[in-house]
Amino acid sequence: MLVLGQDEKAKYPFLADAGEYLKDKGFSLVQFGSDPVLKLSVEKALHRIKVASAGGIYKSDIDKDGQASKDYVLEREVFSFLLAIVLIKLTGMSTLIKRFALAEARRAEIYLEKDLGNASNKSKIDLATRIIYDLFNIEITKENDFFVIPVSDYLKHSVTFHEREWKLINRHVENGKVFLTPDKTVRLIRKELGNYISSKIINAPKPSMIPGLENIVDELISISKKLTPTYTITTGEYPPCIKHAIDVLEKGENLPHSGRFMLATFLLSKGQTVPQIVPLFKNAPDYNPRVTLYQLNHLAGTSGSATKYSCPSCEKLKTQDLCFITKECDNIINPLQFGKKRT
Amino acid sequence: MNGIDIKFLEDSFKKYYFNHFDLITSPQRTSEREFGYQKFNSGMFRHISLKDNKELHLLFIQNIPSDVYCSNAYYAFPNSPMSEKDWKEADLIFDIDAKDLNLPCRKNHTISICNECNEVSKDTGQCIKCNSTKLEKKSLPCKNCIDASKIEVNKLSNVLINDLGIDKENIHVYFSGNEGFHVYVYDSQFQQIGSKERSELVDYIMFRGAIPETFGMKKFKPNRSLFPDFNQKGWNGRFSKYVFGSKSKRSKIISELLDNGYPSFQKTLDDVSENIGVKIDPNVTMDIHRIFRLPGSINSKSGLTKILCTDLTKFDPYADACFLNDEPVEVLANCPIEFKLKNKKFGPYDNEKISLPTYAAVYMICKKLATIA
Repeated sequence: MLVLGQDEKAKYPFLADAGEYLKDKGFSLVQFGSDPVLKLSVEKALHRIKVASAGGIYKSDIDKDGQASKDYVLEREVFSFLLAIVLIKLTGMSTLIKRFALAEARRAEIYLEKDLGNASNKSKIDLATRIIYDLFNIEITKENDFFVIPVSDYLKHSVTFHEREWKLINRHVENGKVFLTPDKTVRLIRKELGNYISSKIINAPKPSMIPGLENIVDELISISKKLTPTYTITTGEYPPCIKHAIDVLEKGENLPHSGRFMLATFLLSKGQTVPQIVPLFKNAPDYNPRVTLYQLNHLAGTSGSATKYSCPSCEKLKTQDLCFITKECDNIINPLQFGKKRT
Repeated sequence: MNGIDIKFLEDSFKKYYFNHFDLITSPQRTSEREFGYQKFNSGMFRHISLKDNKELHLLFIQNIPSDVYCSNAYYAFPNSPMSEKDWKEADLIFDIDAKDLNLPCRKNHTISICNECNEVSKDTGQCIKCNSTKLEKKSLPCKNCIDASKIEVNKLSNVLINDLGIDKENIHVYFSGNEGFHVYVYDSQFQQIGSKERSELVDYIMFRGAIPETFGMKKFKPNRSLFPDFNQKGWNGRFSKYVFGSKSKRSKIISELLDNGYPSFQKTLDDVSENIGVKIDPNVTMDIHRIFRLPGSINSKSGLTKILCTDLTKFDPYADACFLNDEPVEVLANCPIEFKLKNKKFGPYDNEKISLPTYAAVYMICKKLATIA
């Protein structure tokens, strides 16, 4: 178990056992609804959530000198985090949980990066690497100015990123290890950090309403409702990879198994039925109606393991030489998104 | 394939299996693997679990399979359906196949067999007799194909050892029994990574998805001091050797690259990928549930054995992987291309009845270029 100093608790409040912290300080949650001094922490918590829901990162008072030297600064930091969770739980809005967890993760990221990059303070580096090891089981060692992690650990985290710079080919790789700068090291675990914080929120027990905080909770609910998701319009046109696959088949040329898989899963996802899809494969050089039907039913989940297969991502199709990207693709990450416009 | 041909192949395979159990050994942790096999003219039998060598040899003798396979994955329940097997980990496997290397020699030894009228002709787009486009291609790979594949194996080993930190002892190279090599990596840090992660490894090894910034070319305010150098490890060093050629040319070529600009640099990277990226089959490495031809078993596409190559440089598949006997057998052969087995030349044959040693007859029947007379 990590032993945290004062300023670490303020920087990484999600690591502290907040409930115990409150008890240690001799407070109960109910007091925050009525005590005028503690109300300051409530306001701070509200501010913290508002900033997060607007997509920003909350700036705390410890940033002013980098250290929560004074007790009350530390206290307010931890209290406001704890209260923010309580308030979000009271609203019951999952949109708020997501936004808050992401913003808090990015806030923690800033401190982790600073601590890792702090060449003069070994204990800070040790703590940051310990946090990363304890939470995410990634062993980081320092080699000169770089942080070094095993390639397999790097891949486990980087595969969810879509920016090309995160591909292994764009990293310095040597002897089974990836060399990263402090900011990249921390960026690598952003999602997990967000998941860690949101799971903490989700798993926290839902408190009963604290008298005096009703208005704040109502305000948060209305903020959350305004964050309703966007809707999409579809042009109905097929993406270039699918067009290409259909083209190949129509010419009676051979489409590799992976291409057939892509085409079938795409069309199934678009709502076509197996009998509608079968004729597409009639021109294939090795066409066998029995095998085609069996495989399509398998993909549709109507036979075999009942797993419904989904259309591969653009990234995977690139690896399989099935991607024929055009500018109309517009940064989509799966062919199914092609032609959809968010409004 | 007709019944007489099948009977002949089965008899020949059976004799091999009886005499060469020493070559067929079950892989490490046998009981955690999934096995599968095929018989001539029938589908695949999968989801088989075996305890040890004894059970494996029994499978060969009882079924006289045309092909036998074993998973690279380790499962808690290898004989359960796919979704219930409980995947634990999988060896990392690479497939290098001469047919993926775009070699100019291929057109000289690729044959088209028409699915409609069985006409055999040299590589064409449509049947010369009935104009059908439904053709089956068969290749009789030449020495050049094997040598080019070996070069790729060596390139792969280099990246595995130097970049990915794999111990040389944990890399095993097998001749696939037909047109290439299977490279197995055991006990690495990659045992437990999934399909997506393996796909990333593939892109790294093939040099795909590189951005100009990685190799020193910035979009704005490019700076020549960022370009890689010869003594650097990994792709940076290999890039330097390929693109700059020699140390004396480095500076001049960097100037050219800077003059040509950022979009042109992407083309340089594509060229690098094409020339020094390792040509592996990405689908094979990405698949963590695949079953692979079992070492020591015969490949029914050729009658040759999948076998461990202890000295890759000296390895000659047409001598070292050909284990069938030389009892003579009469065949009707239609093979427009010459080939060599056990250091003997055969063909070309133009629809002629001839007597051949069993190993050569099997080779041609497997390639659908002959039938028992």
